[in-house]
Amino acid sequence: MLNITDMKKDVESIITSTMLTNEQAMMNLSAVPFNYVEFFETTREFRELYEAGCVCTMTEGNATYQPRYTLPDYEKLMREGCRFLRLDPPKNLFEATQVLEMFYRHIPSVTHYPVYLGSVDKMLEPFMDDEHAYEIMKSFLIFLDRTIPDSYCHMNIGPETTKAGEMIVEIQTELKNAIPSITLLYDPDITPDEFAEKCVLCELACAKPSFANHKEYSKIYKTPYGIASCYNALPVGGGAFTLSRVVLNRIAERAKDSEHFLKDLLPHTCRVLCGYIEQKIRFLVEETHFFKTNFLVEEGFLKLENFVGMFGVVGMNECVNTLMDKEGYADRYGYSEKADALAQKIMETITDCVAEHESKYCDITGHRFVLHAQVGIDTDFDISPGVRIRIGDELPLYEHLQHCAKMQPYFNSGVGDIFPFDETAKRNPAAVLDLIKGAFVQGMRYFSTYSDDCDVIRITGYLVKKSDIEKLASGIRVQQANAMWGYGEVKNGRILERKVRSL
Amino acid sequence: MKAVINKILHHSVVDGPGNRAVVFFQGCNFHCAYCHNPETISLCCGCGHCVELCPTGALSLKQGTEKREILWDEKLCCGCDTCIHECPHLASPRTKEYTPEEVMESIKNDLPFIRGLTVSGGECSLQRDFVLELFRLAKEKGLSTLMDSNGTYDYQADPELLAVCDGVMLDVKAFDAAEHEMLTGMANEQVLKNAVFLAQNDKLEEIRTVVVPGYLNYEETVEKITAILAPFLKQHSIRYKLIAYRPFGVRFPYKEQFSTPDQSHMQKCRDIAEKNGFTEIVLI
Repeated sequence: MLNITDMKKDVESIITSTMLTNEQAMMNLSAVPFNYVEFFETTREFRELYEAGCVCTMTEGNATYQPRYTLPDYEKLMREGCRFLRLDPPKNLFEATQVLEMFYRHIPSVTHYPVYLGSVDKMLEPFMDDEHAYEIMKSFLIFLDRTIPDSYCHMNIGPETTKAGEMIVEIQTELKNAIPSITLLYDPDITPDEFAEKCVLCELACAKPSFANHKEYSKIYKTPYGIASCYNALPVGGGAFTLSRVVLNRIAERAKDSEHFLKDLLPHTCRVLCGYIEQKIRFLVEETHFFKTNFLVEEGFLKLENFVGMFGVVGMNECVNTLMDKEGYADRYGYSEKADALAQKIMETITDCVAEHESKYCDITGHRFVLHAQVGIDTDFDISPGVRIRIGDELPLYEHLQHCAKMQPYFNSGVGDIFPFDETAKRNPAAVLDLIKGAFVQGMRYFSTYSDDCDVIRITGYLVKKSDIEKLASGIRVQQANAMWGYGEVKNGRILERKVRSL
Repeated sequence: MKAVINKILHHSVVDGPGNRAVVFFQGCNFHCAYCHNPETISLCCGCGHCVELCPTGALSLKQGTEKREILWDEKLCCGCDTCIHECPHLASPRTKEYTPEEVMESIKNDLPFIRGLTVSGGECSLQRDFVLELFRLAKEKGLSTLMDSNGTYDYQADPELLAVCDGVMLDVKAFDAAEHEMLTGMANEQVLKNAVFLAQNDKLEEIRTVVVPGYLNYEETVEKITAILAPFLKQHSIRYKLIAYRPFGVRFPYKEQFSTPDQSHMQKCRDIAEKNGFTEIVLI
């Protein structure tokens, strides 16, 4: 509750820090009040689980005044322009990139920056006959990197190959910037190998684009989907109201055995967290300004019925191992059928519990929340992202991909794993593509890679330059806001020890 | 039907297009001075020289049989390579016999992730019947099939094999006959015939030449082989892999005798191949 002395300390630590840019200080300050003031009454059960670290509200605090992730309908912007911002539909490539740059400036999210830039290749393709296309596109991509200092901002390309898509990939391979993140919506029946292989080479140069299983993701929502923030698959023209997570291993630590965990503690935690997410959504929709007056809603770029609630999961690896230990088994997650069968049982239990909750909102998913394999936050220690096998315990490549294919299909709103390669992979991008094709046929949802000689690497779901992390480690501030999180993850999450695969 | 196999790789990006499994047969009819895996040249004769040298006791002489045979306990092996470095016969005790069915069984879990199977060696064509059966089985699984060959086998005389083999990756070690014999101990007449025949029939996937400055006239080799293959490039692209000699794995005394090419040697080779119309050139 409100403790003015603590609050003053928080503010002071921000405004005196020489590690933050002015903009970063301002953004951090805006979050402070929500850590001290509650806008709705949480339940006793929730507070108990929250204080024990079994559930986590992702630094949103007990209030939120904009949806966590927004995926505006940019095609509408290209087609009709925007009244509130007085933007006409663009007529050429220069105007199109300008319209996007101006519009992006006004897209809210949990980061206060746009987390979804749209299918930029499709939006710009009609204008690609411009003789200065390359210069305009390059300047557009540099503009994004310098003005959106946050790599949760995510551009989508594909599945079709386009001139614009090819040019974006070509320029990124050259620029090697951390921002924006990019995902190729990949379907081997639609995306030509030649373009997909170019994307692999770009990814081995600067950790993007990642590959999303388009065949699987396009089945989930009634509207088209987009990949936003880290790897979140959400409805275009909507997004996610909020995200909270269950920390599975913290719950497992309290369990007597698997049965106690599965029958009692886990269902209880899921029910309590669903109740909390529902409260927060109702507060956002019914009490705050966003869905009443924001121009994106008023003009139909975002629609209330296209928003979902996200139920996050972390720490499966440690959870399963803890339960195995408690029952006296040496079986480890990823290495034993028994341990993996328990993991699947846990996911089935979560799926059932979350499906039992009927939300007043979330129309697009039949009033149900969607599961999300949350990638962790910088202060997580000994908590592996989502259902990933922990760093240091990686399986041989094919077995690891098969394991992903087994665990990833539970998550409709985002999941993924990362497989760095050594430089031999650059000689044969078709081989990396074969791996992706094989994994996607088996059911894997999202694949990321980078090369061990990249400066830009994927931390857990977002991109940071290793050189920026080194600067932060030596006390030099950097422009990218979430590089600081990357620095924390490198210290706590052993990111730089992730297994590099040789092909 | 069985063959002695040195190693099965479950993923490789350097043995043909895409991700592939690779079977390395034991035994080669060439004795190349620069061979980087000379332990694959001969079959083990069971002399036992390596048994006493093995630091972990992973090797032993098989008892109770007339034929001298070395047993290799994979679990005890520490992979120090003492046995192959010390073998006086250019062989390895760390091989296994497989049937074609057993090879397919061993790559069963690789199938979703690979597009093809490459057979290499040693020299794979010495195991012609085995390769034929293995490729038939691989085709049933939808895999593409490639042979990595030194070119001494007469491919023209074997349409049955070529019917299940999608392509050959052919070593063109030297164009000059005397130089080829000096390097490998064998003539190259058949190699050059194969190059033309396979190119004519869209079965020449790749040619390779190792560049060793001061020992081989590699410029002549690149010039002449690209000139005779140039007419076929229009019907089917042929990749030319130019490999810089590296001492890794090469046996004494050659290891110290050869020098490694620098970037300018390699670039010169690329220029010659390009001049003769090759477009897919890989320098490694």
